[in-house]
Amino acid sequence: MAGSNSFYGPLDPASDAGYVDAPPRKGFFTDTSVCIGCKACEVACKEWNLVPDDGFNLLGTSYDNTGGLTANSWRHVAFIEQPTAGGCGHGTDTPGAFAGMPTGPSVSAATAVVGAGVGQDTGTSPGVQPAVDALAAAGTIGTQFLGMPGTDLPGRTTDAPRSDFRWLMMSNVCKHCTHAGCLDVCPTGALFRTEFGTVVVQEDICNGCGYCIPACPYGVIDQRKEDGRAWKCTLCYDRIGDGLTPACAKACPTESIQFGDLDELRERAARRVEALHEQGVDQARLYGHDPEDGVGGDGAFFLLLDEPEVYGLPPDPIVTTRDLPAMYKRAGWAALAMAATAVASFLGRRA
Amino acid sequence: MAEAHPVGFQYVVEAKKRGAKVIHIDPRFTRTSALAHSYVPVRAGADIAFLGGIINYILSNEKDFREYVVAYTNAAMLVSEDFKDTEDLNGLFSGYDPEINAYDQSSWQYAGQQDEGQSRGQAHVDRETASGLEQESHGPPIPADVPRDLTLQDPRCVYQVLKRHYARYTPEVVERLCGVPQDKFLEVCEAWTANSGRERTTALVYSVGWTQHSVGVQYIRTGAIIQLLLGNMGRPGGGVMALRGHASIQGSTDIPTLFNLLPGYLPMPHHSQHETFDQWIDAIRHPEQKGFWANAKSFAVSLLKAYWGDAATEDNDFGYGWMPRLTGDHGIYQQVLDMIDGKIKGYFLLGQNPAVGSAHGRAQRLGMANLDWLVVRDLFMIESATFWKDGPEVATGEIVAEQCKTEVFFMPAANHAEKEGTFTQTQRMLQWREKAVEPPQDCRSELWFFYHLGRIIRERLADSKLERDQGVLNLAWNYPLHGKRGDEPSGEDVLFEINGYEVATHKPLSSFTEMKADGSTAGGCWIYTGVFKDGVNQAARRKPRTEQDWVAREWGWAWPADRRTLYNRASADPEGKPWSERKKYVWWDEEAGEWTGYDVPDFEKTKPPSYRPDKDATGVAAISGDDAFIMQGDGKGWLYAPSGLIDGPMPTHYEPVESTVRNPLYEQQANPTRKVYDRSDNLTNPSPPERHAEVYPYVFSTSRLTEHHTAGGMSRQLAYLSELQPEMFVEVSPELARERGLQHLGWAHIVTARAAIEAKVLVTDRLTPLRIEDRIVHQIWMPYHWGNEGLVTGDSANDLIGITLDPNVLIQESKVGTCDIQPGRRPTGKHLLDYVQSYRDRAELRPDHQAPLVTTEVEEEG
Amino acid sequence: MGVRTWIEGWPVYRQLTGTDPLGRGAAAQSQRSRTLTARTETADRVAKSVCPYCAVGCGQRIFVKDEKVIQIEGDPDSPISKGRLCPKGSASKSLVTSDRRQQKVLYRRPYATDWEELDLDTAMDMIADRVLAAREQTWEDKDEDGRPLNRTLGISSLGGATLDNEENYLIKKLFTAIGAIQIENQARI
Repeated sequence: MAGSNSFYGPLDPASDAGYVDAPPRKGFFTDTSVCIGCKACEVACKEWNLVPDDGFNLLGTSYDNTGGLTANSWRHVAFIEQPTAGGCGHGTDTPGAFAGMPTGPSVSAATAVVGAGVGQDTGTSPGVQPAVDALAAAGTIGTQFLGMPGTDLPGRTTDAPRSDFRWLMMSNVCKHCTHAGCLDVCPTGALFRTEFGTVVVQEDICNGCGYCIPACPYGVIDQRKEDGRAWKCTLCYDRIGDGLTPACAKACPTESIQFGDLDELRERAARRVEALHEQGVDQARLYGHDPEDGVGGDGAFFLLLDEPEVYGLPPDPIVTTRDLPAMYKRAGWAALAMAATAVASFLGRRA
Repeated sequence: MAEAHPVGFQYVVEAKKRGAKVIHIDPRFTRTSALAHSYVPVRAGADIAFLGGIINYILSNEKDFREYVVAYTNAAMLVSEDFKDTEDLNGLFSGYDPEINAYDQSSWQYAGQQDEGQSRGQAHVDRETASGLEQESHGPPIPADVPRDLTLQDPRCVYQVLKRHYARYTPEVVERLCGVPQDKFLEVCEAWTANSGRERTTALVYSVGWTQHSVGVQYIRTGAIIQLLLGNMGRPGGGVMALRGHASIQGSTDIPTLFNLLPGYLPMPHHSQHETFDQWIDAIRHPEQKGFWANAKSFAVSLLKAYWGDAATEDNDFGYGWMPRLTGDHGIYQQVLDMIDGKIKGYFLLGQNPAVGSAHGRAQRLGMANLDWLVVRDLFMIESATFWKDGPEVATGEIVAEQCKTEVFFMPAANHAEKEGTFTQTQRMLQWREKAVEPPQDCRSELWFFYHLGRIIRERLADSKLERDQGVLNLAWNYPLHGKRGDEPSGEDVLFEINGYEVATHKPLSSFTEMKADGSTAGGCWIYTGVFKDGVNQAARRKPRTEQDWVAREWGWAWPADRRTLYNRASADPEGKPWSERKKYVWWDEEAGEWTGYDVPDFEKTKPPSYRPDKDATGVAAISGDDAFIMQGDGKGWLYAPSGLIDGPMPTHYEPVESTVRNPLYEQQANPTRKVYDRSDNLTNPSPPERHAEVYPYVFSTSRLTEHHTAGGMSRQLAYLSELQPEMFVEVSPELARERGLQHLGWAHIVTARAAIEAKVLVTDRLTPLRIEDRIVHQIWMPYHWGNEGLVTGDSANDLIGITLDPNVLIQESKVGTCDIQPGRRPTGKHLLDYVQSYRDRAELRPDHQAPLVTTEVEEEG
Repeated sequence: MGVRTWIEGWPVYRQLTGTDPLGRGAAAQSQRSRTLTARTETADRVAKSVCPYCAVGCGQRIFVKDEKVIQIEGDPDSPISKGRLCPKGSASKSLVTSDRRQQKVLYRRPYATDWEELDLDTAMDMIADRVLAAREQTWEDKDEDGRPLNRTLGISSLGGATLDNEENYLIKKLFTAIGAIQIENQARI
């Protein structure tokens, strides 16, 4: 039944949406600390849901070549290469990965020449020869010297000595918000709340109006060019209705994607964060788990190892329809006022 | 592991959650490194130096598991006084003959056994036929009475020989040679040793890129030596584990499609060594020797009975006379070069795409263009079927369709869902696949294709009286046909024949110990005997994991005899008691008088630990109750290999054949016994001490991406995989990008003496320059999945690679080489050939160039 | 469907009369959504299989309906893979059902610039002819010392690492019997 929190604040969305004796709310807990970026989730999702490919484009954003969540990618694995790590060294990052590695100008063009020559005694036979002056060596070899243009790698200064490094990976997905802006603005009833508390586009209803697209605070929902309709993760509504695990979670080799009852997942996630903190992974934090947040908590929430922005997630998402009741109220009063004015004018005329 | 075997990696993640420390050693930071506690960048091609450093750490700090080492390894055996080490001879072992680049191995033998060593000629033949390590170590005989020093103090005992050999592989040398900082190296040493012993075990997992080096076998030997020293073999959680890359690549060696092997690792007959049946049998079993190979005659006769059925009789040596004979190297690279030279008429490609997947792609394609006919059986149209139409040599004008005579048959294949049969996965486990649907249209299984090819050939020859045709006419080839089309042999019938049966009753054998040498049993692969035990297809067992213990023995079937861990006798101490409660696996039950445990014991079930053989016992009877390594000629795990290895009894650091640096340890630069093919179409980039190594100044390596499979035939055709990695790329460090002016996402091309290919540039911190002494070595990395067919296309990294082979197994060095990289796209058409030639000119690589095999002085025999 | 049922099926009717006055849940559920079921649930049969890509040997379940593969997913019973699959294993259904698959025999004549179609039986006969001819032209009975060779070096074969053991067994058996020894596979590569 519609209640005071129907548009904002903590809520059990399924019963609010009229399901009597709804099953426990279902969701995803995506633990990015064990994600290996294999993308099995992307493929398994497409195979099950018969989603078209997203085009063949090398994007150069590490190993991400699908770019983001779209109508044709309902799971998306983000890759973030970070030159500095948190420094905890517990396998969620690799401090000192490149400590002691050389930086600065290279003398590699001369390497082979030098290596082949006869040098000083280094205690081994025939010994490792000392480097010679790089430019002099380059001059004798006659290799092309092409100057030093920028390498255009975002977020890195090539002069800085490097030491720590980590490679973050995260499988992103529709959040199945407790308060789903997309659903609230859908004029056709194509977007609806399922008995599992998830948010699903009904492909037989959607008419492609596109109102839902700007309503999503995460930029998840998207229109498919070919048919104009909106598409996104259904949390495998057909599968979970039959007691099956969604395709992505089923495939995930390392249990980075976990499916289950949301309450239980939240407890599990809290324990995992605690365990990581105990291991010294201070940066571990949950994202989207809190029913008090701007969307009433996500049905699909995450364990992250850095700020949400690093993964391309909004730090503090707020449902775009939060003020809808107040707006309706104001709009209602305005309408009443207008009606009253109209009536008054009629009356006035008669009078 | 996370990159190429993600599902296997779940156990690493699980172990990590339970507190295990994960260390990843790799030239580049991969998806595996991302989840490791510690990442160790290393120079490609320096693995023996790294692992040799660990052996040195173990021995100089006495971290070995001494009781295990004394009991189960050959540490105590005394080595011949004539043996001289690489440390004495600047990188060569004693016995090197520069005439044939092979060793006379006499001086490598145990004391008193010098006469048993392989001669140079034998070593040469072994190299040609890739038979050095055939039948495990079962080379020449190792008598039982080798002098031993159980205190391990004698300077000639294996333990001391090993210690001296690796004494110079110090952390300082590892740092200077591999580019690994000492503290990181020591962290690996400490982690490995601290997690080995009675209470703990460590697994060494490698992927088979390790085999793709000119010293590939010795890489793995080095790992095995460490695991033996630390007592990690034959024990749960231990071992040396190869993560293989194809669904049944293990099976295709067990039941080989390999030139030098017959099923069950029996050797293909050699014209001079195995002229007669008895010579062949004795060469396998060595009548004087101990171990299970003594029963080889039963295995061999059963195979011949499976091949020739009733026509195989005692009188005709069970058909041995029909067997074809080897004369030398008939390996795939020799074949390819023979194709170029016009010596080969026809070629079958069975789910294999050498135009992209094999080293030296140009040689592969030019070879195919010079055949009479080629049969390609695959699921999708692959580059190896279209080299005449739109391959790279068509672009350069080297292949012109109108002038290319090769007749090509593309025969569409059935896929894994459309046929029944077994794959043998990477832990030697056979798993049966049920057939889901019929193959469409002309698609057929290999079982169908070869059965019918054989049927037609036999029909054509039916009236022949020629001796040469009697082998195929007498072949047991009557497989009943089944299936919707009524023309498909049954996979289970074939598996039954592989398992073996009693000829008279057709009763399946339950174990290879039931095989007979008198022709009363038939069996196609002795190590697979038992897979049809009790007439039940054991490979089809699928008892859910939740309903059985952690060893899960009721899932599939593992050879031999359904053992899940080999040599598991070593999981108990010499008295037969578990080394520890925690690592309990197989043990002696005194009351029951038998071996028992979680696994099938890899030992005679009722032979007590206290058993000692008579002095003149041979074969199985000669195995002591504490000889855990029952297939070995001396029952021991070999820290030192007195025979069987072509390139030395102990692994030694040699530089890759193409290297930017002089070998810092020895004057001998690279493996002096490597197999080379010096030809104008297979030039090798110069390496020190040769001049002009600077023309190809960078080190490159290739490997797989998670999103693709090998040559791309099963992945670049699929949209869902192609979109994930849509283009060929090359990874370089920011430092190298700056040095060469490479732009992120711009084009670059990579040049070797063989080819120039182009790729998009990914500038990434995951690649790092290494400091090798005072110099900096840059490494670049490429995936090798691309070719010109499929949804996504690109140049093929394997085109860059030349053909130089490991001498033991004839596998090519394709995981490390030298190259140049330059910004921009490569030239096209004929200009491409000129461009590659301009590099060769600068490097003074003339058509007759030969890289020197020996770069040190060879000591005269005396 | 009676008029009453028809009207009761209207979302707006359900919204106004039911438990979902905002029309965001139960009332908005379409007919398709109400009857949605996983296609694996209605499969005619399930084949137990093994992934064809790498050698880990992950268990697969292949769901078949109307003699078509409709889904391939991990077998949760497997002690090796516990039901998981990597991206390649997850793409197995595409591998099996792709319309890019070659399903007809193709033949390229010597010196031809394109493919032509060929009947399967004809192709088999032609290949057998060529094997026999190559064998005939290159047969070696004896070495120079009169020892048996019994072989041809005119035929090569490469492949087997993605094939079944049973298939490799027949391949080796047949080639050995006809004297072809140059039989290799990925294990050498």
